Amino acid sequence: MSVKSIDKDYDTLTITALAEFEAAPEQVWELWADPRKLERWWGPPTHPATVPQHDLTPGGTVTYFMTGPDGETYHGWWEVISVERPEKLRFRDGFAEEDGTRRDDMPISDVTVTFAARDRGTVVEVVTAFADREQMEEQISMGAIDGVACAMSQMDAILADA
Amino acid sequence: MPRRVLSYNQMVVDALSDEAVNRLFHALADSTRRDILRRAAAGELSVSRLAEAYPMSFAAVQKHVAVLEAAGLVFKVRRGREQLVSTAPDAVDQAHRALDALAEAWEGRLNRMSDLLRQETPGNGPR
Repeated sequence: MSVKSIDKDYDTLTITALAEFEAAPEQVWELWADPRKLERWWGPPTHPATVPQHDLTPGGTVTYFMTGPDGETYHGWWEVISVERPEKLRFRDGFAEEDGTRRDDMPISDVTVTFAARDRGTVVEVVTAFADREQMEEQISMGAIDGVACAMSQMDAILADA
Repeated sequence: MPRRVLSYNQMVVDALSDEAVNRLFHALADSTRRDILRRAAAGELSVSRLAEAYPMSFAAVQKHVAVLEAAGLVFKVRRGREQLVSTAPDAVDQAHRALDALAEAWEGRLNRMSDLLRQETPGNGPR
């Protein structure tokens, strides 16, 4: 892999991730289209993904969950918007409860993936935008997203010893 | 702490990067900084008010605050014309942190995609 870049736009809350792979577009596409392959890269090593449902068609649903080290699970879903194999894929990505109920108190992102053949490889660009900036800020002010609280709770033990 | 408050960060963030861990431990390795953190957690204070509490120059206190800020433990919050040191990020900071976490997640995903493709086609070396 080369030419990797991750650009963050704080004004539009958009991330553009770009990488070039040494494989044909059809092969790279399969990493997304084959649920068994998707499971192998969607989640980090600490939280591997399982994809029980995978309907990659317009209007289709993909469901997944990530399993943490203590066995706790974090659930998510894709709502597929458009599929143009092997060039473009668009979906919304959100959070869910354990029973699969979609959570409207957490942000939804809009993901557009493009696959472009270059030389004998493929350039993949993933543009992820938080779907509704106002909604996201409202969720933040309600305390739905609190990264500091997580970090601080881990620091409590250290501070107590200091 | 309710489960949902933890789940977002844990879900999208890869294991804390080495640099992030280093910054965190560096920040906490100093007793003055730990004290500043306790004061900031107890209530928002301006840097000048903070500096009154320590037998060192204002610049020295500013440097300690900068280290804590770089580790993500405190944030500068504006109240009118004052800049205060706070342990609670405002909505803008939180949105930035959420974006940062998501960007790290995608970087990890691209790396794993590359590894997977390389495993599938062992003949291809790195470009």
